[in-house]
Amino acid sequence: MKAMKEGHVQIERSRSGKFQKHHMEDLIGRSYTMLCVGLLILIIVSIIYFVASKGLATFIQDGVSLGDFLFGSKWDPEGSQGTPVFGVLPFIFGSFATSLLAALIASPLSICASLFMTEIVPSWGKKLLMPVIELLAGIPSVVYGFVGLTVVVPFLRDTFPGQGIGIAAGAIVLSIMILPTITSIATDALSALPRGLKESSFALGATRWQTISKVILPTVMPAVLTGVVLGMARAFGEALAVQMVIGNAPHIPRSLFESTSTLTSAITLDMGNTVMGSVHSNALWSMALALMFMTFVFVLIVRVLERRNRI
Amino acid sequence: MESTFRTENLSVFYGKYEAVKNISLDFPDQSVTALIGPSGCGKSTFLRSLNRMNDEISQATIKGKIWIEGQDINAPDTDVIKLRQKIGMVWQKPNPFYKSIYENIAFGPKYHGIKNKSMLDEIVESSLRKAALWDEVKDRLKQSALSLSGGQQQRLCIARALSVNPGILLLDEPASALDPVSTSKVEELIIELKRELSIVIVTHNMQQAARISDYTAYFYLGTLMEHGDTELIFTNPVNATTQEYISGRFG
Ligand SMILES: Nc1ncnc2c1ncn2[C@@H]1O[C@H](COP(=O)(O)OP(=O)(O)OP(=O)(O)O)[C@@H](O)[C@H]1O
Ligand SMILES: [Mg+2]
Repeated sequence: MKAMKEGHVQIERSRSGKFQKHHMEDLIGRSYTMLCVGLLILIIVSIIYFVASKGLATFIQDGVSLGDFLFGSKWDPEGSQGTPVFGVLPFIFGSFATSLLAALIASPLSICASLFMTEIVPSWGKKLLMPVIELLAGIPSVVYGFVGLTVVVPFLRDTFPGQGIGIAAGAIVLSIMILPTITSIATDALSALPRGLKESSFALGATRWQTISKVILPTVMPAVLTGVVLGMARAFGEALAVQMVIGNAPHIPRSLFESTSTLTSAITLDMGNTVMGSVHSNALWSMALALMFMTFVFVLIVRVLERRNRI
Repeated sequence: MESTFRTENLSVFYGKYEAVKNISLDFPDQSVTALIGPSGCGKSTFLRSLNRMNDEISQATIKGKIWIEGQDINAPDTDVIKLRQKIGMVWQKPNPFYKSIYENIAFGPKYHGIKNKSMLDEIVESSLRKAALWDEVKDRLKQSALSLSGGQQQRLCIARALSVNPGILLLDEPASALDPVSTSKVEELIIELKRELSIVIVTHNMQQAARISDYTAYFYLGTLMEHGDTELIFTNPVNATTQEYISGRFG
């Protein structure tokens, strides 16, 4: 009886020992991941805090009105004509115009490229085209800017009235840069389609084009839109390449071929010329805050689209 | 007597590999022919060649003839679009379009030039009725077809295949992904439909083949081992491998 009891205790003990070992491992693993996540959150929060505190100082400390900032079309931060004015509407306009136009140019091209790879010649299309498109994604933006400056701008100058620089040049350069984003997302969506869907359409006597336009494209549309929004977000945030071809004049242009500026290009260009803590510098932070806000909006749109996508 | 729908020495190749070997089969009108045989023996390949679905596979080639209403469907002057309208096809996995229930059915007829709304309404209703789905969906025709259950989706796919009024229905394991209730609904449907159509069905379910088919063809490694009245094949097969396969000792 006693021996039995002892044995029982023995088992209990070894069990609890084992339990403790697992427990320890679990604890260490959990603390480690928690630590990493905590650090990540800390970094993100401090970036947001930093940008926000600097960006909001323009309005709180320096007394610039939010309305004048967002909707004012005159940008004269050093006050060369009297008092300094901080209207960033031209930059907001430039950012939206270039990225929208870029998406407008890139989307049809990307959709056609991905259809070509998955539907038209799946045998060799993907092998040939996909590496080329992935290569596009790897080219540094300064190279894009350089090519834009030496090829696109002179071409536009010779073909259209104006100096070649401006929204059109920026949008063309950006459209090539975002081509890979949209194409790869659209291609993934197209290759994930169940084969039966296409065959059912064929079996009902639909032609290839009817099948693509009425069955395949509508089915992948939400995913393609996600790609377009991600592409636009990239275009919106791109600074260097745009700065090289857009001209950087701080006013709303009257044509697509007139010098203008974007939020990103204005920030990178002015950054070096301001004194930390000055109103000018704070205004640049406010622009960064606006950029960040727009990025959040893009992320939000993608989230909504993805939820719809799941059906 | 030869039927208007038959194959004559039909072979199908994937590249050099002969997946279907020299098969001659008759599909009499108003009857169900079951294709049975172990996995990979070429049943689907054979079925898909009957509405030229293999055209979509670049390396697939065909030898021999397929006759439908006195026409060799692989002849160069065949209009594939017209041909496919005469033949409905349903796959193992239900694959409704990502559209409303109504649009799923109206899809085919629209492409065949029917624009009239009331005519389309009529086709949608009659197709869904034929597929025994009308009562379950009549109040939600505008809802997404993906909101239906798997069994309902499969019957929707049958209704969609019927919407273009085909004379032939090809079914590739249409009930293998369904629960017993949906399966028996689909089976009843097939028996009902054969009054108007000739039906070819691939199935791995021997009881199902025995229940619904009039003729059975046993495929083995791409060749047709045995073909005849379902009753005869199931009670008294000539071939030893057929006997083994049917009784489940094989495959
Ligand atoms: N697209 C294709 N390319 C190359 N070979 C193929 C292709 N489709 C099928 N095959 C081959 O052809 C043979 C017959 O395939 P099939 O799909 O017709 O068989 P099955 O009888 O329908 O089998 P299961 O009962 O598993 O559906 C198999 O050996 C298969 O590997
Ligand atoms: Mg098969």
